[in-house]
Amino acid sequence: MNMNDNPHTDALQHHFADMEQQRESAKLGMWLFLITELLLFGGLFGFYTFYRASNPEIFYNAHSTLDVKFGALYTVVLILSSITFALAIYHIRENKRKQTLMLLGATVLFGVIFLAVKGFEWAHHIHLGQLPGKYYTFTGIQGTNPHIFYSAYYMMTGLHSLHVLGGLAVILWLMVRTRRGDFSSYYFVPLEMTGLYWHLVDMIWIYLFPLFYLVG
Amino acid sequence: MQESSYLDQPRGLKSWLLTLDHKRIAILYLIAVAIYFLAGSVFALLIRTILARPENPLVTAQHYNQIFTLHGAIMIFLFIIPATPAILGNFALPLMIGARDVAFPRLNLASWYTYIIGSLVILYSLHSGAADTGWTFYTPYSTQSNSSVITTTLGVFIAGFSSVFTGINFIATVHKLRAPGMTWFKMPLFVWSLYATSIIQVLATPVLAITLVLLILERVFGVGIFDPKMGGDPVLFQHFFWFYSHPAVYIMILPAMGVISELIPVFARRKIFGYSAIAFSSLAIAFLSFLVWGHHMFVSGEAEIASVIFSLLTFLVAIPSGVKIFNWTATLYKGRISFDPPMVYALMFLFLFAIGGLTGLFLGALASDVHVSDTYFVVAHFHYVMMGGAMMGLLGGLHFWWPKIFGRMYSRFWSLTAAVLVFIGFNLTFFPQFILGMKGMPRRYYTYLPQYKPLNVLSTVGAYVLGVGLVVLVWCLLASLKRKRQTLSNNPWNAGTLEWTTTSPPPTQNFKTQPVVKHGPYDYEEMVAERT
Repeated sequence: MNMNDNPHTDALQHHFADMEQQRESAKLGMWLFLITELLLFGGLFGFYTFYRASNPEIFYNAHSTLDVKFGALYTVVLILSSITFALAIYHIRENKRKQTLMLLGATVLFGVIFLAVKGFEWAHHIHLGQLPGKYYTFTGIQGTNPHIFYSAYYMMTGLHSLHVLGGLAVILWLMVRTRRGDFSSYYFVPLEMTGLYWHLVDMIWIYLFPLFYLVG
Repeated sequence: MQESSYLDQPRGLKSWLLTLDHKRIAILYLIAVAIYFLAGSVFALLIRTILARPENPLVTAQHYNQIFTLHGAIMIFLFIIPATPAILGNFALPLMIGARDVAFPRLNLASWYTYIIGSLVILYSLHSGAADTGWTFYTPYSTQSNSSVITTTLGVFIAGFSSVFTGINFIATVHKLRAPGMTWFKMPLFVWSLYATSIIQVLATPVLAITLVLLILERVFGVGIFDPKMGGDPVLFQHFFWFYSHPAVYIMILPAMGVISELIPVFARRKIFGYSAIAFSSLAIAFLSFLVWGHHMFVSGEAEIASVIFSLLTFLVAIPSGVKIFNWTATLYKGRISFDPPMVYALMFLFLFAIGGLTGLFLGALASDVHVSDTYFVVAHFHYVMMGGAMMGLLGGLHFWWPKIFGRMYSRFWSLTAAVLVFIGFNLTFFPQFILGMKGMPRRYYTYLPQYKPLNVLSTVGAYVLGVGLVVLVWCLLASLKRKRQTLSNNPWNAGTLEWTTTSPPPTQNFKTQPVVKHGPYDYEEMVAERT
C-alpha cells in the first residue's frame, strides 16, 4: 500500500489498501451494528418473556383483540420487500442501474404499505382505548392488568416501526445516489450494508408476528 | 527544519471540527473529556466539603442528592467510560498496528459529536432540575422523583451511542487493518485490551439504551413495567441496569490494564511475562463480565440460589485479574526499573488496584456483603478500582504517549511531584472510607452520626490534597505545550511498539512508508540487535 496516495475522488477510501479490504471492513462493522440492534430488541424480548411468563392468561385473552389478517399482511409485505432489496443488489452487481432503481422503489413501496396499514391498525386500537399503561381504558379483556399486553405491543412494534421508517429514509437516499451513478459492480457497499439492515428488521418482525398475533 | 505533522496541517478551527484523522479526534476527545472531568471533580470536592461536618448548612439534602448524582453520572458516563479508549485508544490503536487510520473515520468523528450532544443534554438537566436518583437511576424512586430524570437518562442514552461507535470501529480496525506481519499474537497488549473492551461496549451498551428507553416510557406513559401495582417489577430494572453496568466497569478498567501492560515492560526493560496469558485474560474478563451482574443485587430480594451462583461467578473474575497482576509483577522481577512518570503511575496502579480488587471479594462474598452493602465501604472499593485503577492507567498512558501526541516533553520534576500528591491525596480520601463503611456509615446521605466525623474530616482533607495534585498535573502537562518542539527523540522511552517508529508528533498519514512487523512488541533484545 502506498501511504502517500490520496485518491479521494475514488470510491476507495485512502486508509484501505484495496476495495476488498474496504468491503470486508464495512461488512464486519455492519454485522457488529446488527448485533447491537439485536441486543437493543433483546431487552424488549426479555421483558416480554418476563411479562408473559407471569401473566400467561392476559396474553392469551388479549391477543384475540389483534387481527391475524393484518399480522399476516405485514409479514408478506416485509418478506416481499426483502426479496426486492436482494434483487436490487443482484442487479447493481450486473451494472443494471435502472432495474436497481425500480427494485429499490418497490422496496420502499412495500415499506410504506407496512407503515400505512400499521398506522391504521394503531389508530383503531387507540380509538377503542387499547392504549399502553395508565392510559388503557378498554374493558373487553378478562383478567388483572390487561394493559400489559398493549404496553408490550406498542413498545415492540413501535421500536420496530421506527426501524422501518429509518430504513426507508436510507433507501430513499440510496435511490438518489443510484440515480446519480454512485454505484456499480465496482462499488456498492452502502447498498449491501443497508440490505443487511433491512433483512434484520424483517426478521425481527417474523418474531414479533407470532409473539403478538398468534399467542396460544 | 520542523517536519509537518498532523498538528500543523491543515490549519484552522474548521479543519479540526471536521477532521477524520484519528489522532485529531483523540485530541478532540481529550479536550472534551478533560472538561467533564473538571466538572465531575468540582462536584466531588463539593461532596467532600459538605461532608466535612454532619448537618452541613451549606446545602439542603435535596441539593446534596443532585450533586452526588451529577458527580456519578458525569464521572462514569462522560469521563471514565470514554477516557482511555476514545483518547489513548483512538490515538494509539491505529499507530500500534501500523494502520493509516481506524476502519471508519467518519463514524469516529460521529462518535465524538454524539458524545458532545449527549453530554450537553446531561448538562441541560442542571438547568431543568438535575436528577437526584444516583447514577444508577433505580426504580421505583426514579419513576416518582420530581427531578429531571428524563433529561439525564436521555443524555446518557445518546452518549451511549458514541461508545458503541468507538467499539465497532476498534473491532473492525483490529480485524482488518493490521500491518503486514502483525499477527494477532504480535499485537501490543493495549490493543488486545481495547479489543476486549470494544466487545463489551458493543454487546452491553444497547441493553443500557433500551433500559433507559423503558425508564423514560415508564415516566411518560406509565406503562407499568417497573410498577408492581400495574403488574410490573422494580427489580427488573436492576437486572436490566446491571446487565449493562457491570460489564461497563470492565469497559472502564480493561483499557487501563492494557496501558499497564505497555508501561511495565518498557520501564522495566524486560519482555512481558506471560504475553498470551495477559491477552486471553482480557477476553476472559470480557466474557465473565456478562455473568456477574446479580452481585449488585444481593440485598434486592433476588433468589438465594441466584445469589450463590452470582457470588461464585464473581470470584471467578478474580482469576484473570490475578493472572494480570502476577504477570506484571513477574515482569518487574529482575527488571531494570526506571521511575519515569508513566512508570510511577503504573506502580501506583498495581498497589491501588490490588487493594481495590481484594476489597471487591468482601463485596462478592454473600455474608460480608450484607454487612457492608450500601455503606462507604462500597464507595471506597469502587474508587480504589476506578480512580486507583482505571484513572491511574489513564494518567500513566497519557504521560507515556504525551511526547508522541504533542512532540513535547513535560517537566519530570513537576509531574513526579503531582504523582506523589495524587497518591497521598487519593489514599487519604478513600482509605478512611473503608473504615467508615465497616463501622456502618451509609452512602448517599448528606449527613452522618457524630462519631463518624474525624474520619470524614480526614477524607475531606485528602480530597483537597488530591485536587491540588491534579491541578499540578494538568498545569505541568499544559506547560509542556509552551515548550519548543525541540529535537525530541521519536522514541524517548525506548519502547518497542510501532507508534514509536514514526516521528513525534506523527505525520498526518502516520507512517512515511507502510511498516512491516518483524518482531514482537516487547522484544527489546531483537530491537537492540536490529539497531546495531
